[in-house]
Amino acid sequence: MFKRIYGFGFIITALAFQACDKQETAVIGNYSNQLPDEVSYNFHVRPILSDNCFACHGPDANKREANLRLDIEEEAFRSLEKTPDAHALVPGNPLASEVYNRVVSDDPSIKMPPPDSNLKLSDFEISMIKKWISQGAEYEPHWSFLPPEKVKIPKVNHNDWANNEIDYFILKKLEEKGFKPNEEADKESLLKRLSFDLTGLPPTLEMMDDFLEDQSEDAYSNWVDRLLSSQAYGEKMAVYWMDIARFADSHGFQDDSYRSQWPWRDWVIHAFNENMPYDQFITWQLAGDLLPDPTKEQLLATGFNRNHKITEEGGIVDEEYRVMYVTDRTNTFGKALIGITMECAGCHDHKYDPVSQKEYYQLYSFFNNIREKGIESVVGGPETYAKRPFMEITDEDVNAILGFINKPDTSQLIVSIMGELDSARTSYVLERGSYEAHGETVTPGTPESILAFNPEFERNRLGLAKWLFDQKNPLTARVFVNQIWQEIFGKGIVATPGDFGMQGELPSHPELLDWLALDFMENGWDIKRLVRQMVTSATYKQSAVIDDEKMEHDPENIFLSRAPRYRLKAEFVRDLILSSSGLLDATLGGPSVKPYQPSGLWEGATSGRGILSVYKQDHGKDLYRRGLYNFIKRTVPPPAMTLFDASNRDQCEVERLITNTPLQALVMLNDPTMLEASRVLAGKLLKENTTAEQNIMKAFRMIVCRFPEQREMEVLIKYHRGQLNTMLNENAKALLNVGEYPFEEDLDPVEWASLMQVISTIYNLEETISKT
Amino acid sequence: MDKNIIEHHLNLNRRKFLSTMSLGLGSVALGSLLMPDLFKGNGQMEGELAAAIPDFAPKAKRVIYLFQNGAPSQLESFDYKPKLKEMVGQDLPESIRGGQRLTGMTANQSSFPLVGSFSGFNQYGESGAWISDLFPYTSKIVDDICIVRSLHTEAINHDPALTFFQTGAQQGNRPSMGAWLSYGLGSENKNLPAFTVLLSRGIGNGQGVYSKLWTNGFLDSVHQGVQFSSGEDPVLYLRDPKGMSRVERRKILDNLAELNHMSYEKFGDPEISAKIQQYEMAYRMQTTVPDIMDLSKEPDSVIKLYGPDCLVPGTYAANCLLARKLSESGVRFVQLYHQGWDQHGNLPYEITRQAKDVDQASAALVTDLKQRGLLDETLVIWGGEFGRTNYSQGKLTKDNYGRDHHPRCFSIWMAGGGIKPGTVYGETDELGYNVIKNPVHVHDFQATVLNQLGLDHEKLIYKHLGRRFRLTDVSGKVVKDILV
Repeated sequence: MFKRIYGFGFIITALAFQACDKQETAVIGNYSNQLPDEVSYNFHVRPILSDNCFACHGPDANKREANLRLDIEEEAFRSLEKTPDAHALVPGNPLASEVYNRVVSDDPSIKMPPPDSNLKLSDFEISMIKKWISQGAEYEPHWSFLPPEKVKIPKVNHNDWANNEIDYFILKKLEEKGFKPNEEADKESLLKRLSFDLTGLPPTLEMMDDFLEDQSEDAYSNWVDRLLSSQAYGEKMAVYWMDIARFADSHGFQDDSYRSQWPWRDWVIHAFNENMPYDQFITWQLAGDLLPDPTKEQLLATGFNRNHKITEEGGIVDEEYRVMYVTDRTNTFGKALIGITMECAGCHDHKYDPVSQKEYYQLYSFFNNIREKGIESVVGGPETYAKRPFMEITDEDVNAILGFINKPDTSQLIVSIMGELDSARTSYVLERGSYEAHGETVTPGTPESILAFNPEFERNRLGLAKWLFDQKNPLTARVFVNQIWQEIFGKGIVATPGDFGMQGELPSHPELLDWLALDFMENGWDIKRLVRQMVTSATYKQSAVIDDEKMEHDPENIFLSRAPRYRLKAEFVRDLILSSSGLLDATLGGPSVKPYQPSGLWEGATSGRGILSVYKQDHGKDLYRRGLYNFIKRTVPPPAMTLFDASNRDQCEVERLITNTPLQALVMLNDPTMLEASRVLAGKLLKENTTAEQNIMKAFRMIVCRFPEQREMEVLIKYHRGQLNTMLNENAKALLNVGEYPFEEDLDPVEWASLMQVISTIYNLEETISKT
Repeated sequence: MDKNIIEHHLNLNRRKFLSTMSLGLGSVALGSLLMPDLFKGNGQMEGELAAAIPDFAPKAKRVIYLFQNGAPSQLESFDYKPKLKEMVGQDLPESIRGGQRLTGMTANQSSFPLVGSFSGFNQYGESGAWISDLFPYTSKIVDDICIVRSLHTEAINHDPALTFFQTGAQQGNRPSMGAWLSYGLGSENKNLPAFTVLLSRGIGNGQGVYSKLWTNGFLDSVHQGVQFSSGEDPVLYLRDPKGMSRVERRKILDNLAELNHMSYEKFGDPEISAKIQQYEMAYRMQTTVPDIMDLSKEPDSVIKLYGPDCLVPGTYAANCLLARKLSESGVRFVQLYHQGWDQHGNLPYEITRQAKDVDQASAALVTDLKQRGLLDETLVIWGGEFGRTNYSQGKLTKDNYGRDHHPRCFSIWMAGGGIKPGTVYGETDELGYNVIKNPVHVHDFQATVLNQLGLDHEKLIYKHLGRRFRLTDVSGKVVKDILV
């Protein structure tokens, strides 16, 4: 549901359903009071033109019709090629503007967009365009391609609400809209929210007690610091970065055998925990190998660009796949780091954004010079677990510079990394994106419309990183700040975090986005500081209650007059279950693990080749590791994870859907992980010699992270009594018989299973797996 | 930005809709299944999806796709080429090959010796279609099916070719055909998913299958194919733990509903009501699915039709019978994958057994549907991801050879769902290398399937990352000649 806000595009679609008279006067009559006083090209008109017109009258030179482009002012104003007396746009005069006459026409031969495009402007959109032309048809450069502007902190009426700068921007808009922010959330809700956002783990009982008792001013802020400095912070952040980096434990194509890339993941956790500045974090990943005398840690970081899928299917055409890998890197760079959907320009000039096909391949050529092959080996032994170029991680490394790697044994360990060819490979524009259709040659470069490449920078990946972190780059900081905002608030200020281009959503709070971006750059790209700013804001600390008025007027919570409320990510659902039951093994890093999984999934989908054709489940502590360590075989990803919308790591992903399906209910009801956790927690509580009521209350607190209300206790106690009275001994034993965790001795099966049933009920509450 | 204009129109969106609906009992669960995307906050349902539904009544309501994974040889099945037998051992003329790129498996082969089918061919039915002796049961239903001999594709390797067939693009991460249909049409049965997947494996050289073949891609995950299996859990996590009776499960659900409702009172979040409904649907699936999976109540006549293997869980025959039951119950798209068709070598031996594995049950499915009066509204498809070369891969001996991947022509058949029965469409050259008449590109095939379900492939679109995507990417035209 946080996939996209109801941005401009949708709303106008919705408006199209209102009955409207096609008569031109009626058009304006219907909408005049809804149109903005001053129509903005960026915010009102360009979204309409981009979505409906630019595909044929935009940046793509090959598909341009009538040699007319509407995305550039000069081109749109000059006289038309075939009818030089006419102009597409005549500022101030819609009736003389061909654009307007075409969109209102009923004649299919001249109507725009043409009927066969299946596109249609709503009357509202038409009246918007008319008003824009009347007001002079002023163009503006695309907002995200202009550098962030230094903005003043807005003045607000209620000065006592704000905790920090973020709040002034949020409150300003709320006051404009006539909304009041919610009250601050109660302490229990706050701590749960904070704990999940900073560590991906629920607060422990001790944490809850401590926080409830601590009446001091800095009680909250102290917990922010403690959680930010816990190791679990790096693990939490790594989940998001692993999606972006398409990290997995298998190569991804066909037989989909094993790769040992996990040390790269250990590095990511380490880097977040060390609070490595974002510019360094990215520079190492993009170009660690090109730094002077690179350390092994810097080399390891470049594994980022080797996480993509690599084929082991015999018989493929080598170059076809090698090109695919370069393309993957280029697209990942675009989507993850500058929020531009580059891939369109791989086959033709971009239809919406000013990125030409040539520019695409200029960017591509940064990544095209790697000592790699399309296929190096087919499914085989340990020598195939990484592909050239790779580095070996020795035990000495682990005892020295790579101390953050959790290498469990002394066997050989190799990781794919980046490494340049000695002499540059020639790069070409690939016609239609086809690996064999070489067009003109290109050299490394970046899209002009974003920021020209400074000639002083090296024309390699290191120079590309410098371009990215050039203070003049309009996108880098905005895109990252927005990703972190999404991590904390559920959706970005720009609701399409991977698309800051013409077709992307517009920012809900553009000034705030710019302020955050500049502040982030000015303060050394300090990630923990950025996160801290967000979670200490009054905006963040509001309660998540939705009252009728807010439901009516801001159902998607665009204006943040309340805290967002949404389901935890797949990994954290698992972490919650393991942590609250005391089963969690908090070991940091190491090879990915294979916990319980329904049988036959890998076996049913394999050709039988390779060590991943059979799922060999782990035992002991490895059954209870955090969700981020779950082994990901790309072609058969862990089902309980994908059912909760985890990425299958096929390609770079910058956001996850949040769905609500019956199959998720089945996981929560029947997954042995949850059942075992219930069994274990029930056993532990029964050993404590407390009353049934106390046990239920404690379990509730550990799982839902708050004290239950009286009425909630009544339901659970009644259910518990019923279970105690009616459960048969044999059913109790059957219910308890789940999981490999050792069984408590001397417990009465009925008593034990009855409490277990209550606990699994608590695990299944909607609130349990929601951030509230 | 200024959102003044839009504020009072926000009441059209999902949350509001849900909050109103949730007071109206079970309608949400039903609604969310029938039109899931209305609930998912993307607003595309109202506009773009509506446009995809044309004025004409759909011919088919459901699809059963019998995917022959690994690529069966058209030359030993449905594309009879006697000339190849005459020319056995001669090299494939370069003029015919016409620069076709080769897979790495035969690219270095010094010669390309032509080889004809080891199995005989005969003509069958009113249509007089040529069918190989390896498919005796299919021969008997020839007047119910339409054989298309002129399919062609762009990929030459399994993974990209399979992905292309199922999602319209080679790279993956786009929604598969079943997901598109689920998105476009929803489910007919509120207790079952709209898109289900069944896997089986033959004895031949196999290629894996991948969950991306039944992925929802960028569509909501309710459109993901749900794998049904023959194990203890026909659907993942469906089975309650041992020791839990239905009465006890019901009790838990009632408690959950009550407690969740308290939470709703506190937070006012319509997602909570939706969650209650999803649990109810899960509960109903727990009864519905095992009933369908239970083949023991099928009459002997049906068992006889599909063959004794259909009582062995996990076999192709069992999956065909299951497919009929699922389809009959309203599952929009039942996707079977049967592995084992990748005959690079030892083809005569392997393909004989592989064909035997699928022939009876495939034909039985068509017959069974017909007898039940369901064939008219059910589209059945049989075929692989590409064809195989007319020359031998590896050494050609008197009685043994192999065939490499071949994208330029291959054969599939379709039945029911408004497809003209008893027809043969398209033609390849006398050496079975190139299509010479009525070529059908994969996108044409996909457009045709959507068309039969009443969907316009150019209008069934979903906007993602600023681009409008469709199953047929940017091409494809409906093959009108094979429609009733």
